[in-house]
Amino acid sequence: MTAKKNSKDSLEHSLERLEEIVGALEQGSVSLDESMNLYEEGIRISKECGERLKAAELRIKKLTKNIDGQFELSEDIEAS
Amino acid sequence: MTEVTRHIKTSLETAFVRIWVQGELSNFKQHTSGHLYFSLKDEGAQLSGVMWRSRVPSLGFVPEDGMKVVVHGSLTVYPPRGSYQIDAEQMQPLGVGEQQLAFERLKKKLADEGLFDVDRKKSIPPYPERIGIVTSETGAAFHDIVSVIRRRNPGVELLLFPVRVQGEGAAEEIAAAITDSNRFGNIDVLIVGRGGGSAEDLWAFNEEIVARAIAASKIPVISAVGHEVDFSIADFAADLRAPTPSAAAELAVRDRTEILEEIANLCYTMRSAVTARWEAASSNLNRMITSYSFNRPRDAVREYSQHIDELERRAGLAVLHQTKLLRQRQIAVMQHLEALNPTGVLQRGYTIIRKNGKIIKSAKQLHRDDAADIQFHDGIVVTRVEREQQ
Repeated sequence: MTAKKNSKDSLEHSLERLEEIVGALEQGSVSLDESMNLYEEGIRISKECGERLKAAELRIKKLTKNIDGQFELSEDIEAS
Repeated sequence: MTEVTRHIKTSLETAFVRIWVQGELSNFKQHTSGHLYFSLKDEGAQLSGVMWRSRVPSLGFVPEDGMKVVVHGSLTVYPPRGSYQIDAEQMQPLGVGEQQLAFERLKKKLADEGLFDVDRKKSIPPYPERIGIVTSETGAAFHDIVSVIRRRNPGVELLLFPVRVQGEGAAEEIAAAITDSNRFGNIDVLIVGRGGGSAEDLWAFNEEIVARAIAASKIPVISAVGHEVDFSIADFAADLRAPTPSAAAELAVRDRTEILEEIANLCYTMRSAVTARWEAASSNLNRMITSYSFNRPRDAVREYSQHIDELERRAGLAVLHQTKLLRQRQIAVMQHLEALNPTGVLQRGYTIIRKNGKIIKSAKQLHRDDAADIQFHDGIVVTRVEREQQ
């Protein structure tokens, strides 16, 4: 159920990857070609993260159980 | 005797620290000094007690003989009289006191079971994307959480599990919602709580069923039972305790400007690292290109080629010289040959004599009547020997 944690597209995963890239570049342990690839990847990730963070609108849903005990997820609701 | 009493004092006073006792008040007296003296009794025992003046203001009710009360305090021994008594920090009439007692009992029971152990606590994910909220749909807590998260980082999804947070059945609903949230919803972190209220209002969060549901949750739980000071049982069981629902929301999501700044910092670091890397590489390359050893091969090639030119030149000279020598030798040989040319000799008056085609070089080779050919430069004469050498 929490398997999506660390899935490719999670913000957490992206930031971890970005930190990893920065670490590798700082250490200088990669080849020049590789460093260029890593840099490009890093810039791409940071852009994606930035866009995701800026674009977002808060979504609020409500989870209830119906009479059969099934879960029902509401459409977005407004907070009171 | 003093020694024995001292032992008793030490062992009693260390064994009975901050205990809760329940009994009926008797011999209640407020001394002119302001201190309260009383006895507690139940069917089987009696215990003297004292409450010092400084604690009396916190009492909140007027004790009377015959009242059932719960007293919280520590045992002390008074050596001059050889008596022991409870030094009361708090005293509550039974209704409220009972609840407190139940709270303490439950807390101890769950603590003994290890439900509150630090190593059970799950860490709160730094960047949750879906946050479950177990609280009342209409309460201030939900509103507060929503507004904090909207302000700090709207890039998340909130999933409300509406429950009643007080009254009969509230604890069961809260516990069920926690369990449900683990089964459904892909939730990264769970906030369980409500806004502030009286001890009575908050009671559901002191129920065992809620504590157990929190402890059993695979999703990290932040408790937010709206009372800054007092801890609820839910707080102890939770992975993280927030003093209020707003605080819980702040603990759950990081401010997005903070994250953006962090990303910008990472980018900056990355850029400088790469730039430094390339600058180092390019200066390295430059140094190599201009270095002596790198240029050695080129110099060597130049040297060789010069050497080859030199050799060529010398070879040319040598050949020329050789040719000259050969030419001279040829001329000499020619002259020599010229000298040997028999035709030349014949012209100077010499002749060649042959017998049967063979050149005769000695007088002894010719005998009487031998035929001999004499060759002159302009022809051959055939002769016969008249007389041979004597």
